[in-house]
Amino acid sequence: MEPAKIIEHSGGVIGVSWLLIALPLLGAAFLLLGGRKTDKFGHLLGVATAVASFVVGVLVFLQLLGFDPAERRRAVPLYDFIPGLTKMGLLVDPLSISFVLLITGVGSLIHIYSIGYMAHDPNRRRFFAYLNLFVAAMLLLVLADNYIGLYVGWEGVGLASYLLIGFWQHKPSAATAAKKAFIVNRVGDFGLAIAIFTIFTAFNTVSFAGVMESGADPSQGTLTAIGLLLLLGACGKSAQLPLQSWLLDAMEGPTPVSALIHAATMVTAGVYLVTRSGAMFFPEGSTAAIAVTIVGVATLLAGAIIGTAKDDIKKALAGSTMSQIGYMMLAAGIGPAGYAFAIAHLITHGFFKADMFLGAGSVMHGMNDEVDMRKYGGLRKVMPITFATFLVGYLAIIGFPLLSGYFTKDGIIESAMEYSSTLGWLAVLGAGITGFYMSRLVFMTFFGKKRWEADAHPHESPAVMTWPLIILSVGSIFLGGFLIVGNRFMTFLGPAVGQPEHLPSFHPFSVPGLVTLALVAAGAALAWFKYGAAEVPVTAPRGSFLTTFARRDLYGDALNEALFMRPGQWLTRLAVFFDNRGIDGLVNGIAAGIGGTSGRLRRVQTGFVRSYALSIFIGAAILVGAWFVVGNL
Amino acid sequence: MNGTIPAPTIEYALLAPMLVVFGAAIIGVLVEAFAPRYLRSAIHKPLTLLTLAGAFVITIWQARTGIPTTPSAMGAVAVDGPALFIWGTILVLAFVSVLLINDEGHFVASAAAVPGSAEEERALTEGATHTEVYPLVLFAVGGMLLFPAANDLLAMFVALEVMSLPLYLLCGLARRRRLLSQEAAVKYFLLGAFSSAFFLYGTALLYGYAGSVDLAKINTALGSVGGQDTLLYIGVAMLGVGLLFKIGAAPFQAWKPDVYQGSPTPITALMASGTLVAAFGALLRVFWVALGGLEWSWTPIMWGVAILTMVVGAILAITQTDIKRMLAYSSIAHGGFLLIGVVALGNNQQQNASALSALLFYLVAYGFTTVGAFAVVTTVRDAGGEAWHLSRWAGLGKRRPLVAVVFSLFLLAFAGIPLTSGFFGKYAVFQAAVAAGATPLVVVGVVSSAIAAFFYVRVIVLMFFSDPAADGPSVVIPGGTWAVGAVAVLATVVLGVFPQPVLDLAHTAAQSLFVR
Repeated sequence: MEPAKIIEHSGGVIGVSWLLIALPLLGAAFLLLGGRKTDKFGHLLGVATAVASFVVGVLVFLQLLGFDPAERRRAVPLYDFIPGLTKMGLLVDPLSISFVLLITGVGSLIHIYSIGYMAHDPNRRRFFAYLNLFVAAMLLLVLADNYIGLYVGWEGVGLASYLLIGFWQHKPSAATAAKKAFIVNRVGDFGLAIAIFTIFTAFNTVSFAGVMESGADPSQGTLTAIGLLLLLGACGKSAQLPLQSWLLDAMEGPTPVSALIHAATMVTAGVYLVTRSGAMFFPEGSTAAIAVTIVGVATLLAGAIIGTAKDDIKKALAGSTMSQIGYMMLAAGIGPAGYAFAIAHLITHGFFKADMFLGAGSVMHGMNDEVDMRKYGGLRKVMPITFATFLVGYLAIIGFPLLSGYFTKDGIIESAMEYSSTLGWLAVLGAGITGFYMSRLVFMTFFGKKRWEADAHPHESPAVMTWPLIILSVGSIFLGGFLIVGNRFMTFLGPAVGQPEHLPSFHPFSVPGLVTLALVAAGAALAWFKYGAAEVPVTAPRGSFLTTFARRDLYGDALNEALFMRPGQWLTRLAVFFDNRGIDGLVNGIAAGIGGTSGRLRRVQTGFVRSYALSIFIGAAILVGAWFVVGNL
Repeated sequence: MNGTIPAPTIEYALLAPMLVVFGAAIIGVLVEAFAPRYLRSAIHKPLTLLTLAGAFVITIWQARTGIPTTPSAMGAVAVDGPALFIWGTILVLAFVSVLLINDEGHFVASAAAVPGSAEEERALTEGATHTEVYPLVLFAVGGMLLFPAANDLLAMFVALEVMSLPLYLLCGLARRRRLLSQEAAVKYFLLGAFSSAFFLYGTALLYGYAGSVDLAKINTALGSVGGQDTLLYIGVAMLGVGLLFKIGAAPFQAWKPDVYQGSPTPITALMASGTLVAAFGALLRVFWVALGGLEWSWTPIMWGVAILTMVVGAILAITQTDIKRMLAYSSIAHGGFLLIGVVALGNNQQQNASALSALLFYLVAYGFTTVGAFAVVTTVRDAGGEAWHLSRWAGLGKRRPLVAVVFSLFLLAFAGIPLTSGFFGKYAVFQAAVAAGATPLVVVGVVSSAIAAFFYVRVIVLMFFSDPAADGPSVVIPGGTWAVGAVAVLATVVLGVFPQPVLDLAHTAAQSLFVR
């Protein structure tokens, strides 16, 4: 089934859905411009705008549900900057509203959590301003009805991500990580920008509706190029191979940032982009779509392997995020059969990953911001709520039967299996590795002997931090089943992205499903023997070649440095040389020429009225003369 | 029948905005003559503002009740769509400028006193203010209204003089730097008279050619009269000199920096906005209604003038160190951009409407921004009056951020940065010119814009990235100036973000074109 037509909408809550973006944006502007005067209530205002945006989101969702499924794609025109060229509007449809609810819902919880987590930070107000800015930009990204609006949001989240990774900029590592994220994303953003230019050239419009309904028929090569460039953009934002290197370093940011931006929402923007453009640029079986699946599978394995070797709890979780987004990419590349699973997994992942990140934050909060899991151990007794909620998230991500991740990940594996058995089995293998590294993380943190530093006094976090955890873990339990069973989500999303002719049915006991479960169980058991039952050394052992390979992020940074950084530095030096010698000379020469002309011409302005009159006279004579010349031509 | 002169028919209702302004100006003269000195200011201020507002309301009402399609007052005045739009623009800009004039300290106490004399001292200590300003402004505004609406060359000449003579006087009334002000007035008067002579001579020659001073009849004659081309060419060229002088197009721009600098700044604001709008209205009417059939021959010449004007304006502005002179050169350069729009006029009805609406929009956008910029100039003051030298503006952004930000906004609008009104003015004019095949002209326009951006941005850099001097100027913002600044900021931003309503309005006005 093709996506439904987009209908112009006015009235109701949907008519004012711009409020979704405006509220957090105003919050950010107020907090940033208000300065220190708003320190006292800054965090509360930040929470209020996010929650208000969530309430609007729910109302919009309810109004949308009131329409016939085929009429659930609503365009809300906002603003016409240059008539006929740049029309800005919002597109409220099942796909965007799913994101809106995730962003504002999980976003609000993380805002609330941050009140506690950042309580002792002198710059808490600024932190909330940036969080608000992020929410506004992310909402623009998913709500824009055209690629330019999407791009503005895309850059906006990039900016917010940069500001938040480097929030503790007094730490050199944080400043470097922020810069790295920004630069790596620049590569992807460049791809997206060129993709949009190409779209405009080929279709003469940048709106989703315009591209979909345009009569233009660009060549297959153009379409593939656009698809691959969009994929490059998606890879940057979603930390997919080969632009994955920034995500692990991004963990330098405060943990709520890692939860909101680098796990639940922003890094899924690539999946959104591919799904949104799916019908246009990633048709089933096209080169671009195949590239998407390959990138997805490669990343899901790479992320999982990196996750096995990290001792830093946040970096292990970051590897896992990469890997899970790889699953989503894989599903998004499959086509209409995969979209619903990609987005459903995205949503459930938003819940359980945010749950675990916030749980990790809660652990760090109690452990003097220690992130090395080798210095944890046995924390389940001192942090019961954190432990229980983390356990739920853990069971969800490894696909423990009947929890959220079980349904959505199984859906992806099943549809991948149908699409290509090679990719399917690789995805199964990834699930097995997930079972291992997530179990390792849980055992090292919450089980075994205490390996705490002498000055650590772990304690449970305050209620303002634990309640968000509890709510998120409830979502991690039930959401997957709710969305997948009976194809509820697929039929909901269908009008926006298209759906397959035959809806898949859920087999609890298919072969791949059972193999997955077995592999996950084996992985967990292996982790138990190595990290649960056995002693965990406080300093990391040297490890084999493979361990080093995983620890060093599969040599991704080394590769980047050798291939791009050092040649890039040489190129910069060369460019600076030519710039100084050649281009500056030319530019300064022109400027000096104009300046000199100005200085010389200025002398004509003598201040004597007689010479002015003479210039008028001469001018008139020239004009008369010119008329004779032109008139007699 | 012999000896009887038929009474002319005058459509008083149509001419009402002008009549109201002129009537109020005459009342203003009576106030000067009979009201006691201490009451004059209290009468003039509300009278002038109410007059301008009333005339604006009448103009709106006229535009809503239906735009006449034939000239009125026996063919002497044409109240058509563009004329009404221009009237509205001039009246609003004049209103805003009068708010600026209302604030104290701009005008000399006793204009007749020799600068520095004991007589002047006495007037100053008495606290006398020069209330003649108000009727003079109203006369000038009346002339501005008639100028673009005049449908024959004689009426246009009368309007030109009615507009100019009060302005010559007003230029000489600055309270500070009086010698400079008086010099500006004399220069403006001499050169203005010189150019008026050109205008009048051109009118005479064209009458000799066509046998009429009526614009439409001149156009008809273009096709039928043969063998008189010498008269025609010299006449058109002379007429052109008179009109281009008022716009400040090169090579007739020399007066502008001196006059803009020397005049009291509120009067500069009025001239830079109102006079420019009126003069462009008249220029368009003459070249489109009277010389439309001659388009093939004036277009290349207008190309040359436009290019020269843009380049001279932009290049000379670079080395200016005086803020008012810099704004004057900027105004010259903008005159050049507007001339691009004049060139874009052609024989195609649709093309004409789009070029005309672009011009009208540009005039509105530029008018507001320029009044706002001069309003800011009045607020930055030294002990001896306004601080004009650019070095005095250094570090203003640190001491008075709001003023500096507002001024930067105006400068960015002059430069044509998107999301300001200046962007859309340029965009519309350039688009119309490209559609008319004047792409090379647009290229020159863009290059001059780039050069111009340099000196706009330089001022911004100076304000925000230089350290303020220890004895820097003080910033005084009286109520009226504050309101002017607010209106100008609003117009600059709104026209840059939501230009469509005004563009539509300009388009509707332009759709009916000038009546022939």
